[in-house]
Amino acid sequence: MKMIFESDSRNEAFARTVVAAYVTRLNPTLEELADIKTAVSEAVTNSIIHGYGGREGKIELECKITGSLVEVTVQDYGVGIVDIEQAMEPLYTTKPEWERSGMGFAFMEAFMDELEVFSEPGKGTRVVMNKQVGKPETAA
Amino acid sequence: METKSRDEMVHYELCDQCLVVYVTSDLDHHAVNYLRERSDRMIQAGNVKYIIFDFENVDFMDSSGIGLIMGRYKKVMFLGGKVAVTHVEDNVDRIFRISGLYQIIEKYDTPSQAVAKLY
Repeated sequence: MKMIFESDSRNEAFARTVVAAYVTRLNPTLEELADIKTAVSEAVTNSIIHGYGGREGKIELECKITGSLVEVTVQDYGVGIVDIEQAMEPLYTTKPEWERSGMGFAFMEAFMDELEVFSEPGKGTRVVMNKQVGKPETAA
Repeated sequence: METKSRDEMVHYELCDQCLVVYVTSDLDHHAVNYLRERSDRMIQAGNVKYIIFDFENVDFMDSSGIGLIMGRYKKVMFLGGKVAVTHVEDNVDRIFRISGLYQIIEKYDTPSQAVAKLY
């Protein structure tokens, strides 16, 4: 499943709701569903706030289901991240004046099994995260 | 999915320097942008010292909600004020716990309980 949408803050709810609906087929627990929704919301919000800095741009979201593994990719073509390691430190934020808590990447890491961030300044940022959903023995 | 109009996102009760913020939408970056501005107007106008965020009608919150609460906490902290949260369900509770927010705010069952304890 792949979708492209504008960097409009209303699309944060749209994106996480679509992904949640898509993964329902795996019979996730409410907690797993909340985990995925939060992680998607964080990634999309990052693209809107940091990638595009409030300006217009396109965000690509891809969601793949392989067995019981959910993989979500969020890609923007914004400013990119100079120092990924620093950006991922809990409480680190480049936008304290916007009251960003600096917890975005920490939440993605906490709520998903794996998180990878690829970025190039001036080109954009891609976040790839995955999570095993449901009990392995009931996997399709 | 529900996209609520701005007026449906929140309502307030202000009484004796205490502001109760009844959030009634998902608490994400989109909602926070609006809630921050409106809450701060209420805080200033009411000379607010105590803030209670009620989550009875909140199904979802992400790190933007943490930023909103921490920001309001900083505002009333200097006045010797406090911030509390009420009606916190599991989903929201996990976000508060992971973020460490319970080190600076208090959790109660209901707004009236929080009012009794905060003063």
